[in-house]
Amino acid sequence: MKTKLLSLVAMAAMTASVLPAVAQHLTGAGGTFPNPIYQRWFTEYSKAHPGVQINYQSVGSGAGIRQISQGIVDFGASDGPMTDKQLADSKQKLLHIPTVLGAVVPAYNLPGLSAELKFSGDVIADIYLGKITKWNDPRIAKDNPGVSLPNHPILPVYRSDGSGTNYIFTDYLSKVSPDFKQKIGSATSVQWPGGVGQKGNEGVAGMIRNSPFSFGYVELIYAESNKMLFGVVKNASGNWVKASTDSVSAAAAGAAKAMPADYRVSITNAAGADAYPISSFTWLLIPDPSKDAAKGKVLHDFLQWMLDHGEAEASSMTYAPLPPAVIKMVRKTITAIH
Amino acid sequence: MNEPKIIPLPPVPEEPPSAPHRITPSPMIKTMLPQTEMGSPVAVAPVTPSAVRMFLQAKSSGRMADGAFASLMVVCALSIFAIVILIVSVLVSHSQLSIKAFGWHFFSTRTWDPVSGDFGALPFIYGTVLSSLLAVLMAVPLALATSIFLLDICPKFLQAPISFLTELLAAIPSVVYGLWGVFVLVPIIRDQAGPVLEKYLGWTGLFVEPNFGVNMFAASVILAIMIFPVISSISRDVMRAVPVHQREAVLALGATRWEMLRIGVLRNARMGIIGSVILGLGRALGETIAVTMVIGNHAAIMKNLFAPGYTLASVIANEFSEATGDLYLSALIEIGLALFLVTIIVNAIARLLVWAVVRDNAGSAH
Repeated sequence: MKTKLLSLVAMAAMTASVLPAVAQHLTGAGGTFPNPIYQRWFTEYSKAHPGVQINYQSVGSGAGIRQISQGIVDFGASDGPMTDKQLADSKQKLLHIPTVLGAVVPAYNLPGLSAELKFSGDVIADIYLGKITKWNDPRIAKDNPGVSLPNHPILPVYRSDGSGTNYIFTDYLSKVSPDFKQKIGSATSVQWPGGVGQKGNEGVAGMIRNSPFSFGYVELIYAESNKMLFGVVKNASGNWVKASTDSVSAAAAGAAKAMPADYRVSITNAAGADAYPISSFTWLLIPDPSKDAAKGKVLHDFLQWMLDHGEAEASSMTYAPLPPAVIKMVRKTITAIH
Repeated sequence: MNEPKIIPLPPVPEEPPSAPHRITPSPMIKTMLPQTEMGSPVAVAPVTPSAVRMFLQAKSSGRMADGAFASLMVVCALSIFAIVILIVSVLVSHSQLSIKAFGWHFFSTRTWDPVSGDFGALPFIYGTVLSSLLAVLMAVPLALATSIFLLDICPKFLQAPISFLTELLAAIPSVVYGLWGVFVLVPIIRDQAGPVLEKYLGWTGLFVEPNFGVNMFAASVILAIMIFPVISSISRDVMRAVPVHQREAVLALGATRWEMLRIGVLRNARMGIIGSVILGLGRALGETIAVTMVIGNHAAIMKNLFAPGYTLASVIANEFSEATGDLYLSALIEIGLALFLVTIIVNAIARLLVWAVVRDNAGSAH
């Protein structure tokens, strides 16, 4: 009886010591914007690598940065790059690895109008600053020759919840309008001088759909999957560009030439004839070195898999994949991860 | 401790002599004892009854039980203090940064600018208090009328469906109210109610276009609908508890039905009715998601009810997950502290009012 028990205990001890090498559970937390494609990637990666489970919680970029900085999760994710101060405050060294790209598009509701409207960046900024208050303002009319615009006040709609979408949008407007930069600035939440705020892409989109003469902004993925009408934006080269996975990747390619080694780069208002100006990378935040070497190995292997297989799936989910030049750079970076 | 009574038995022939002091267990205990002991040749003597039995038979057990019960209740009651102290201390300690940076100005400034790190809670406090008070103003007459109708005027066959529906309203989750607000209430306020209100009440300055449907007024209406069942069902129970002879006495003095309700029922039930209003107010102050969906989330202090507003609970729900920077986070937690304080202060004022009214009435009656 006793020997049986002993052997049982020994067996349990053995399995316990063997298990960690077989089953790996990784947890990550971060932005909501890349959540759909991350969930798909992690599921497929687990299928291809039995015993590895990666759990991603889309708690928001801010919370993701906090959790990875304190080492609560194994990796983080953010829709905006961490600031120098955040990196300095972090308890572990973190690397930014770009994964996919997203874009923000201007959406509007003008009853009886089927034409696609064009907006230049400074016009969008002044709509939110309250300087352009009517749809038939000469500056909107100048960008849209031949379109009969109504003499009706514009209702600006913004995202009330803190979000990467806000960050990308205000970052772009701050670049094209000095006045916007000075009065409002860029952040995940800002103090809007007017208009109404709604929660989430669905809130903003619902408000625009239900309110005639409203103007707002939503993520490209959301606009496409809900068949929303959205506007064309003027890019840094002066061309009118409609957001699509191609034009967003073009913005990334334009930025790739001057890509800093830590990938913390804003590609809003990027150079390039076809670049869509309100685009951004989204990043994974990878600790280097990982506290647990085995987990670090899994992360390293996952990033490799993402570049080899994951990127190819991005455009089918309306995310823009990384341009080849950036993929090349990232490959080099991850070989150096411990 | 009292020794249990052991009744010695004369040795029974078939039992071994080594067990002379067997007790005779009562039939109940017998069944509880393990069978092996009964017929076992090596039964140990004396076998005492179980500890539970001994405890129950002990004379002082009643006193002990009472003592244990009382102290258990004290612990439960004191845990309320512990919970409140924990909440307050966590709120205060996590908002230290913001308290140090802004001091009392936090509660009196109108800026909420995460970009420059300048935070003030006044627009949110204003939004929370105004939307809740408006909601109470709208809900109380409606709820009291419903209660009185159900109590005295309603035909029997209508009573059950109406009270069932009232209670059903209380069980609807707030996010469902929010969705209903976005899809039904907001368009009604924008297209139907808005123009009428502006035409007749526009001169007050409370209903001025532009009205986009999502505004302070929509938030108050949705809150009023949400707190209506709370006020209605509690006040109905309170009115029903008024003794019948009170009403009969008033009627016997020649009162009309309205006078009977006013003097006989409402007057006697007023404490309970005010209690129900305070409960409703509490729910309105803390309501988050339904309000967030229809209030417009714009931090400004406007007299115009057609302008969008913002509440304390909404700004936490909106911005907490993406708040970057320690000061920003700390300011959001201080917003939580502000909500806590607003709730306490509003409740305290309501209770003071009740106390003043009751004391006044008591003084004049005697």
